[in-house]
Amino acid sequence: MSATANLAPMAPGTDEATVTPLVRLANVQKSFGAVKVLDGVSFEVERGEVAVIIGQSGSGKSTALRCIDALEKFEQGTIHVCGHAVHDKDLDRRALRRDVGIVFQSYNLFPHLTVEQNIMLAPTCVKSMRKAEARELARTALARVGLADKATQYPEQLSGGQQQRVAIARSLAMMPKVMLFDEVTSALDPQLTAEVLKVMEGLARDGMTMILVTHEMGFARKVASKIIYMYRGKVWESGPASMLDQPQTKELSMFVGTGLK
Amino acid sequence: MGYHFDFAALLPYWRDFAMGILLTLQLSAVSTVLGFVLGTLCAIGRSDGTRLIRTSLAIYIEVIRNTPLLVQIFLVYFGIATLGIHVSANMAAVTALVVNVVAYTSEIMRAGLESIHKSQLEAADCLGLSRAQIYWHVILRPAIERVYPALTSQYVLLMLASSITSQISAEELTAVANRIQSDTFRSFETYIIVGILYILLSFVVRIAFWAFGQGLFVRRRKLGTPL
Ligand SMILES: Nc1ncnc2c1ncn2[C@@H]1O[C@H](COP(=O)(O)OP(=O)(O)OP(=O)(O)O)[C@@H](O)[C@H]1O
Ligand SMILES: [Mg+2]
Repeated sequence: MSATANLAPMAPGTDEATVTPLVRLANVQKSFGAVKVLDGVSFEVERGEVAVIIGQSGSGKSTALRCIDALEKFEQGTIHVCGHAVHDKDLDRRALRRDVGIVFQSYNLFPHLTVEQNIMLAPTCVKSMRKAEARELARTALARVGLADKATQYPEQLSGGQQQRVAIARSLAMMPKVMLFDEVTSALDPQLTAEVLKVMEGLARDGMTMILVTHEMGFARKVASKIIYMYRGKVWESGPASMLDQPQTKELSMFVGTGLK
Repeated sequence: MGYHFDFAALLPYWRDFAMGILLTLQLSAVSTVLGFVLGTLCAIGRSDGTRLIRTSLAIYIEVIRNTPLLVQIFLVYFGIATLGIHVSANMAAVTALVVNVVAYTSEIMRAGLESIHKSQLEAADCLGLSRAQIYWHVILRPAIERVYPALTSQYVLLMLASSITSQISAEELTAVANRIQSDTFRSFETYIIVGILYILLSFVVRIAFWAFGQGLFVRRRKLGTPL
């Protein structure tokens, strides 16, 4: 099997533990001190779906995403991801992380490692992959984000957009079943944003299951199979991308209005 | 000022000086390696250990940093003897130097570890790396790189401080000098020579650290930029 084929998302039904939906949040509640940040959040994401979470600053989008990857504890509710019960005290976090990739606004590349070493690290450490094989995989992942020629450079030698694409490649190399993206273009200027969005569009086209938080409404319309509008810690409205054109609530209609300005 | 310098009187002792230098280098090298490894582990323990570990380490570090090295050396030397264990003066010297330098290394390395942004750990954690793997692959090297100048100074200081172990008759350079000056009555000359030798030794330590750094910090070697 070629490395390219390895990077392709898993075909439906190949893993019995991961019954659809791939990600399910049910009544998730989370507070930071006295502030209720998630107030009964529920949504589902099916295999191959691209779910886009939108909403005002502070509405809990990042927190929801972080709960899915067990980066935040939550007090109530359940989250199932690829067969892992994230709310369970006995959650095997490392097993969860094998199935979930996450990319942040700040790329968080390891500055002392080359681009290629950044990507090779997890496959060699977590999957005990041999160096040569991991390097091959890194090259494939880099080609996929259009950076095949940057393998031996260091992160600081790359533009923000390129660094973000490396971060995506680094996640992809672990062949996750779900990818989470938290405002991955917010720190980039429009041209670099376009580069990164193009990569993400490619992933969507290839059938990768994705949940992403973004303020790029045009992009959301284009790739989303489902939009989740969050307001004050709740899923206020959700539905297909077309819901942005006929908002049911005045909050979303105001949000879309300001978003189009 | 009618002092008449006579360095020639020291010439017959060149072999003793050489042996002294050798032992000083050996004491320093062994305590540097042990001190660095254990000091780093202490730093990790202090930031990541259980409350008991963190408290114990904090007490140990404060005790060491607030007592004279000479007293520590005597405590180790006589302490070990009191326990009924027979060790050579050199062994006691290394032990004392390690006990001392571990505390300082721990403080320096802690600053290094703390300089690594939390988001780096989170990224590694999200990729599925274990705690140990995160330390080894993600934190340690940049942490060392950030505090490398401080570490280098500390270990030059350690080499110089090893002269105090002459007090428990470890036959390092200063002990050799003490003996030679009492044999020759050429104290001033002897300590001038020894001073110069220590300067050269400091240079050797700095070069060793520089070379090690070149090997460890590949990115800096290639790009020349600070981390
Ligand atoms: N670690 C934390 N400690 C305390 N409060 C926090 C923490 N993280 C987030 N919050 C608070 O939780 C609320 C939701 O934050 P969150 O980051 O999820 O919002 P968001 O929808 O992602 O916003 P943005 O669009 O600005 O990224 C905010 O009011 C924020 O101040
Ligand atoms: Mg956010």
